[in-house]
Amino acid sequence: MAAPRSPQFETLSLHAGQRPDPVTGARATPIYFTTSFVFRDADHAAALFNMERGGHVYSRISNPTNAVLEERVAALEGGVGAIATASGQAALHLAIATIAGAGSHLVASRALYGGSHNLLSYTLPRFGIDTTFVDPRDLRAWKDAIRPNTRLLFGETLGNPGLDVLDVPSVAEIAHAARLPLLVDSTFTTPWLLRPFDHGADLVYHSATKFLGGHGVAIGGVLVDGGTFDWEASGKFPELTEPYPGFHGMDFQEESTVAAFLLRARREGLRDFGACMSPASAFQILQGVETLPLRMERHVANTRRVIGFLSAQSGVESIAYPELESHPDHALAKRLLPRGAGAVFSFDLKGGREAGRRFIEALRIFSHLANVGDAKSLVIHPASTTHFRMSDEALAQAGIGPGTIRLSIGLESPDDLIDDLSRGLRAAKG
Amino acid sequence: MELRVGSGRAYAYTGGKTFDPALPAIVFIHGGELDHSVWILQSRYLAHHGCAVLAVDLPAHGRSAGAPLTSIEDLAGWIVALLDAAGVKAAALVGHSMGSLVALECAARYPERVSRIALVGTAFPMRVSPELLEATRARESEAHLMINHWSHSALAQYPGNPGPGFWVAGGNLRLMQRQRPGVLHADFAACNGYASGLERAARVKCPALFLLGRLDAMTPARAGRDLARAVPNSIVKTLDDAGHNLMGEKPDEILDALVEFLGA
Repeated sequence: MAAPRSPQFETLSLHAGQRPDPVTGARATPIYFTTSFVFRDADHAAALFNMERGGHVYSRISNPTNAVLEERVAALEGGVGAIATASGQAALHLAIATIAGAGSHLVASRALYGGSHNLLSYTLPRFGIDTTFVDPRDLRAWKDAIRPNTRLLFGETLGNPGLDVLDVPSVAEIAHAARLPLLVDSTFTTPWLLRPFDHGADLVYHSATKFLGGHGVAIGGVLVDGGTFDWEASGKFPELTEPYPGFHGMDFQEESTVAAFLLRARREGLRDFGACMSPASAFQILQGVETLPLRMERHVANTRRVIGFLSAQSGVESIAYPELESHPDHALAKRLLPRGAGAVFSFDLKGGREAGRRFIEALRIFSHLANVGDAKSLVIHPASTTHFRMSDEALAQAGIGPGTIRLSIGLESPDDLIDDLSRGLRAAKG
Repeated sequence: MELRVGSGRAYAYTGGKTFDPALPAIVFIHGGELDHSVWILQSRYLAHHGCAVLAVDLPAHGRSAGAPLTSIEDLAGWIVALLDAAGVKAAALVGHSMGSLVALECAARYPERVSRIALVGTAFPMRVSPELLEATRARESEAHLMINHWSHSALAQYPGNPGPGFWVAGGNLRLMQRQRPGVLHADFAACNGYASGLERAARVKCPALFLLGRLDAMTPARAGRDLARAVPNSIVKTLDDAGHNLMGEKPDEILDALVEFLGA
């Protein structure tokens, strides 16, 4: 008997979580634009509310369109399920709020997206949750930062702004030795480039606004549970292993051996915080997920072409991309990211802030805006935009130079992108 | 709740209600390399509808201690010992896959302890191919992938267990991976070695429900119907668009059939 071959990534991208609509035969995923769902009778209603039957009650808690996206991303990540949220930030908040509370402590990479850094540095301390930030490359620092009240380790697969590659296997090992889970923001890599669960992560989230959607039309997030972490054995998570008065005294770990975290996140987090995704957004993001493998291949191929070009330009001081031997995580990237190190990177222009401003303003194809992961190529010059109030010294502390340019490489012809960058580089020289 | 069964600690999920042996009792018996959580929706519903529910973790599975039992006969004896420990005189038994053989064996050997049996995803003989059996012994992770592939009929459910947003195949795979090394082979060897199914089937006196998946590649529906024909008082329901993981893929249909059969 030949061993069966499970459906591959490309097939799951198109089919996981969805079959032709059983009522209408619709092949595409319908958008279920409804706030609520009719009960068959009073017993059916009670059973749905008490989690005796699986089904939809109210679209803040679950929706059939969202469920397709959730199951599809879970399938692509190799998880047990997922929750679609209003944004990537909502997914991060949901992950933390499900297992941490006042008095809890987190350990996080200091190379984070600015919004995540703000949440951990300024907002969560108001609610009694403190974070110690560590150099993601310093494994000793991760270990030393763990306290008795630590509940979570957290990092990005590719950090901001220097594309620090998170050593997921090593950080996961440190987390597990302390009976803690590792949460990973996998937005820049998507499951096509890296499946963090395969390397020991326990929870993964995405800003689906970026590469999962890919079209730049919908804001959303997805939080995925790997189903691997043993909350009971950890002994640190009574939220999941003891009766919860807020939901019929449910002990989530007893209900589901592998999905206790997701059960509580949906039954409490979506119910109480309410940061759900619109089914319209779920539909739009699903359109992107269908072509994720094809797009990511092209994103990476175009990025390699662009980096090859920039590497040969005299106006370019340096490039931070893990596939380059000059990057400190080059060896790690070869091991964890064999399909490519993504399509977002930074480079430093010679000439400082003024050169950066001239470069940006000369570009015609790259769009000057604050986003990444679009099908269209994007650019931003932090020193003259997002960080314009900061001195050169303060910028340096954040890992940003006065001439640092961040590019998100899209799906256009790489020749046209290179022409556009050539135009910018000529302008930068003045 | 926890019970002492023989010398071992045994766990049984009671559906979110305090177990009351005075109520009509139902014991849910999971399949190989799984645990009680495959029955969450059905057991929780019935516990909240007047039944005393014990969704067990068989020895060495989930939260139950001990070494895995290596024959269907021994597992049946363990279930009866569990009834004793729980103070239950007689119960309806609902079993899936390996658990269905355990329920059949119990009903034949201990007719006074078993009021009804519901066999989900069952077949006799429940032979395991030599290649898969060897994989369960020597290459568990590879065997998990094979079993998971053969256990599901489709890449989507509407919705599956335990609800919307859960990837049923992923959950089933992780649940198998959570079991202790050696359990998988013991379970599959027990199924493969069970030889007296037809003889036991003929001795079953209580009503029996067979719930089969038309697309079941682990225990083909045809083999399930063959077994049902050997049970004197049996009903067969075959579910379309369902594979071997019937509670995962068709949780509502399984519950509705059980409610009707058990009169709950």
